[in-house]
Amino acid sequence: MRNVILQVDNLKQYFRIDRHTTTRAVDNVSFKVYEGEIFSVVGESGSGKSTLGRSLIRIYDANAGEVTFLGKKITGKLNSETTRFLRKNMQMIFQDPMASLNPRKKVLDTVAFGLDVAKEVKTKEERKQRVIEVLKSVGLSEDHIARYPHMFSGGQRQRIGVARALVMDPKFIIADEIISALDVSIQAQVINLMRKIQKEKGLTLMFIAHDLSMVRYISDRVAVMHLGHIVEMGTVEDIYEHPLHPYTKSLLSAIPHPDPDSEKLRKRVLYHKQNIDYNHGQIQSLNDTHTVLATKEELDAWQKGDYSDILVQM
Amino acid sequence: MEQKPILEVKNLQISFQLNFGVNHVIRDISFFLNKGETLAIVGESGSGKSVTTKSILGLIDDNGAVEVGSCLFRYQKDGVDIEVDLLKCGKDYLQKNIRGNKIAIIFQDPMTSLDPTMKVGNQIMEGMLDHKKVKNRKEAVKRTLELLELVGIDNPEKRIKQYPHQLSGGMRQRVVIAIALACEPDVLIADEPTTALDVTIQSQILELIKDIQKKTGVAIIFITHDLGVVANVADRVAVMYAGKIVETGLAREIYYNPKHPYTWGLLSSIPSMSGQNEEILSIPGTPPNLIQPPKGDAFAYRSEYAMAIDFEEHPPMFQISDTHFAASWLLHPDAPKVSMPSVLQARIDAYKKRGDDQ
Repeated sequence: MRNVILQVDNLKQYFRIDRHTTTRAVDNVSFKVYEGEIFSVVGESGSGKSTLGRSLIRIYDANAGEVTFLGKKITGKLNSETTRFLRKNMQMIFQDPMASLNPRKKVLDTVAFGLDVAKEVKTKEERKQRVIEVLKSVGLSEDHIARYPHMFSGGQRQRIGVARALVMDPKFIIADEIISALDVSIQAQVINLMRKIQKEKGLTLMFIAHDLSMVRYISDRVAVMHLGHIVEMGTVEDIYEHPLHPYTKSLLSAIPHPDPDSEKLRKRVLYHKQNIDYNHGQIQSLNDTHTVLATKEELDAWQKGDYSDILVQM
Repeated sequence: MEQKPILEVKNLQISFQLNFGVNHVIRDISFFLNKGETLAIVGESGSGKSVTTKSILGLIDDNGAVEVGSCLFRYQKDGVDIEVDLLKCGKDYLQKNIRGNKIAIIFQDPMTSLDPTMKVGNQIMEGMLDHKKVKNRKEAVKRTLELLELVGIDNPEKRIKQYPHQLSGGMRQRVVIAIALACEPDVLIADEPTTALDVTIQSQILELIKDIQKKTGVAIIFITHDLGVVANVADRVAVMYAGKIVETGLAREIYYNPKHPYTWGLLSSIPSMSGQNEEILSIPGTPPNLIQPPKGDAFAYRSEYAMAIDFEEHPPMFQISDTHFAASWLLHPDAPKVSMPSVLQARIDAYKKRGDDQ
């Protein structure tokens, strides 16, 4: 039996645009993350995947729902002890490494900021040692501590972002599109680094991304998000080999491959959202690990392979 | 009879004057583009792929200069064949005859390439009216509606009165494409047109570009950093590294029979969709600084296949087939036999096998 590190129940995150419109960025989302796994959330832009991550780490205040992290409730009003506990054990890495690093701070101070706030270190020397240690673990060197972010390349900046998250020695890291701003060759470096760190430290990782091939490569379990709902969730095999939800199918059909001959034959399928209402669906279990959001009728039809009105071959 | 290429770049060298030195961004590259074909230029940031195409239209910044090189462009004006060197003719000539009219660009970020204060309809019409492609405004509106339909925007009558911020990312990029097509150009340069978009929209835009090429016969230069994206659209591929073209060939030759270690690296850093546990091989390190370009092969410093000569002298282009060339000393007859990483070879074999089955 694996330990649940994070349990999310019916989380809702709404944004009021004006009197008439409210954006339901995350709508009734429930899932569990197990200790030591890499859990990925995929979806197109606007699906609410980044909002979900930000709500979990309390950048936003969720409208409803309950989140339990390592046995402690982290939604609603938090006392200072729980806040400190949350800040120490859950960390986030952001998409744009340039925008998320303060250009006027040296790497040493950026990375050590968490330590300073949490009063984790007593002396200057200890502070420096902690930073050097963590920089080395992400493939940077001791000389880098006195430099400013603009003196680094994109891949190196993202490593600083990783170091900043790691310095607190967290149990859980949310990585929000950490590779999409990077070149392909550098993407592979950062991904291999994340895998290495995850293995060494036994971290749990929530990986938010839109690149389905990278997600397949790195994850243990995957949740597919669309319009604020998790429409399908399961192991990598469930999602990539036996997708059931039409949205998952259309996403998978859009992945390009470095293979000209098969690309010429690839048929993309179009997804007609207007014919489904996610609010009517319930979470249906297909097996121990694989769930899909659907009504009874939809589930029956899909299992028979009937996707008429919803999926159209191009 | 063999047709002359529509665009021919020869021995181009570009450098930028910076406070602390001269940055040699483009170091002697040559390529050509045939009528109606798609050439993909692939390379990571800083390899010089965008600068190359910008220089063709005279769009490089003031501190940049074309040191050597020519770029022949062949087009027809009023039924007369004209051949010009785009790098020699002045900016006025380019603005009047070439930009937007004969060669158009689609930029990466649709939000910054559109004017936020102008309705999209007016932005599409601007070029047509400027280059006198239409007689009057009424005709321009009609043509704009046709264009919006061509790029797959529903309800064009409503859309031409909207502003860019009222459209989604994918829609905006479609508008940018419509602007580029407004004057029926002979050459379309697509500079990372899908990098800012997600997978579904990306494949829609790629299909759209292919479709338009089928309908209008426009020749396309497709710039990207992701080899995985262009397998579907490219007829030929040129791989750039540190201001040089290191490998060029037909798409099938590059994907199924890559010869340069950098191309191997690019292909193996794309995770494959079949095996999960295979490792993705990353290319270690970062591209070199071109203010002091490294002696010899610039990629040698990141390559495990580098030989002593790579640090001494830059390799010439070795010919592999009529269309396939690569600049790597590994192809020299005296070089030791080295083959691509086994992971990559296995993947290519799998692709080929699947191709045979179908």
